[in-house]
Amino acid sequence: MTINTEMKVRVAKITPVADKVKRFRFERTDGQPMPVFSGGAHIIVSMRDGQVLRRNPYSLMSAPGDTSGYEISVLRVENSRGGSAFLHEKLKEGDTLVLSQPVNLFPFDHRGKKHIMMAGGIGITPFMAMMEQMELEGRAFELHYAVRTRSHGAYWKELQQRYGAHRIKIYCDAEKLFIPVDAILENQPLGTHLYVCGPAGMISGVLGKARTHGWPKENLHSEEFLAPPPGKAFQVKLARANRTIDVASHQSILEAVEAAGIDAPYLCRGGACGQCETAVVSCDGELEHNDHFLEPDEKASGKKIMICVSRIKGNAVTLDL
Amino acid sequence: MNINFRNETFRDDYTFRNSPETIRRFPFPFHEDKYMYSVNMEPHVPAGPAGHAYNNPIDVDEHYVAEMRDRALVLKEDPLRYQALPHMMAAQWDTLELLMESQAAAYPEHFSLTKDGDRWHWVNRPLGIDQTFTFGDASTLPMEPLEFITRQAQGDFCIVDQRDGNLWMDAGMVTTQADWSLDFDVGMNFFEWHGPVPLAHEIGVFERALKFLLNLQQGKPVRRLNWTMTINPRLDTSPENYHKWGPDRATVTPENVGDKVHLRCELQSLWRLPRSNAILFVIRCYLIKMEELVTIPKWGRRFHRVLRDLPPELIDYKGLTRYRPATVEWLSKFDDGKPTTPGIYPD
Repeated sequence: MTINTEMKVRVAKITPVADKVKRFRFERTDGQPMPVFSGGAHIIVSMRDGQVLRRNPYSLMSAPGDTSGYEISVLRVENSRGGSAFLHEKLKEGDTLVLSQPVNLFPFDHRGKKHIMMAGGIGITPFMAMMEQMELEGRAFELHYAVRTRSHGAYWKELQQRYGAHRIKIYCDAEKLFIPVDAILENQPLGTHLYVCGPAGMISGVLGKARTHGWPKENLHSEEFLAPPPGKAFQVKLARANRTIDVASHQSILEAVEAAGIDAPYLCRGGACGQCETAVVSCDGELEHNDHFLEPDEKASGKKIMICVSRIKGNAVTLDL
Repeated sequence: MNINFRNETFRDDYTFRNSPETIRRFPFPFHEDKYMYSVNMEPHVPAGPAGHAYNNPIDVDEHYVAEMRDRALVLKEDPLRYQALPHMMAAQWDTLELLMESQAAAYPEHFSLTKDGDRWHWVNRPLGIDQTFTFGDASTLPMEPLEFITRQAQGDFCIVDQRDGNLWMDAGMVTTQADWSLDFDVGMNFFEWHGPVPLAHEIGVFERALKFLLNLQQGKPVRRLNWTMTINPRLDTSPENYHKWGPDRATVTPENVGDKVHLRCELQSLWRLPRSNAILFVIRCYLIKMEELVTIPKWGRRFHRVLRDLPPELIDYKGLTRYRPATVEWLSKFDDGKPTTPGIYPD
């Protein structure tokens, strides 16, 4: 027995907001309110693109208490696997899509005395919702937002107007301005929490510096959705279903399993939550672990794989599915 | 559905009884003739025959008014049965919303909730409460939102905060517990508060349960049943009051088993809360006397077999040691050895 809590929505509005960034507003087709969510949450958007069903995670950026609709912002990536290209070039206002319930893998710590957010590029989106909630709850926060050029940066003007330039700091690559990470980190009151969302290099750089400055890891938070990296095609043998399926070079194992009509559990589809953890029965090849979830010893054991982002280098892998 | 609320007690003269209809709706916790720990969670969706405790997400029954009166007595003697750490305020409002909306939707004769933006109007007819307040503004309620609503909802309520890959017991209202203490556990994480449970750690139950709960989704609550036994229909079997109920366990005789010995079932439901991302853990206690239980022949047979074959560690941990032999002996009269049907519901 499972509960189907997916929500059918209509694209109510598409708004270009910056270079290669569009905002999408979704409202329910059944007229029901959207669930309230917590700042930092994401949804999975299911898109029917011709024969292909695409499911991608996007952070919610609208006000968490606004039940009239959800908004996301999407960057058109250069070598899109299909999701951002579909949303930017094919999706029209009035089209229908399916959304999952909100899931939060990037919540803020409610005990925090102060919250410092660092965003790179499109990594701004979860912070938009977080700041709405923090402002409502009267929490101390500041945002440091790095953009390539002022025209690439989405929402920085609105944010400065709403929260004031003393709380919203913009750093523009093109103007040779960068987030002064060391200066921000070295002198903060006890109970301050740090949140980073942006490119992988930015996250590891900032978190590494924070650890060097003596920040406890419980006060450090980050979110990065991995797109499943491409690789060579291989076969997956599903031990329980007694079937063999092909995984194409730009497909994840999870996507191939779903395309074959088999349900597998998932939540984030980005290697973070652990929901799609699957037991490896045997592997003719080498596991390529791309997730943030498994511990190094679990990865080394060769017994588990996160099928949303990881794959194998070799011929075939047998999974307990 | 109009409920006839019983006027009864869970202490002193112990006038608690289940009506025949309430016996049939009891959430009997054994789906087979034996018992061992498992991560026995299932989606918390309406289920069971008409009238069963599984019909509504937040169950209200004929004991509602008396249970709320008993809770007020416990709190008067020991205010620390309610606690909420300061960072749990968003979760308190989440809980108030969930309980008010669920009770009003399922029992419109008894509860109503109307909203005008953030201005809410709550009416609880059985308890005679009529409250207008501003959602999100604790100063508009006579007490904190969690205390306010859990004085009006059956069951114990724990709110666990999720952070650092663990769950933390950071708020709760606990007055109908099976020998554990919120005051002792508040601020503990999932492994710490489950520390005393035997066997389950070794078979990895808690690692699996935690992993499952960390990914609990909004809109998809889950439930499980847990159980123990209680002598006399006492809701407040707390460690703080052990001196009041512990000695009762030595009072069981072959003659009084049917009336004194109770199966105590906990219907536990777990809910991801929307604003706080915390998890609400509802532990709803149901009591049934042995003489009431055996009016359902399947349950009489099965409970006899479960209790007879229980592993020694569980007998000890659940505190059944002294009165289990007399109870098994008494129940054996209701077990004719016939096979039982699968599942928890009466035949």
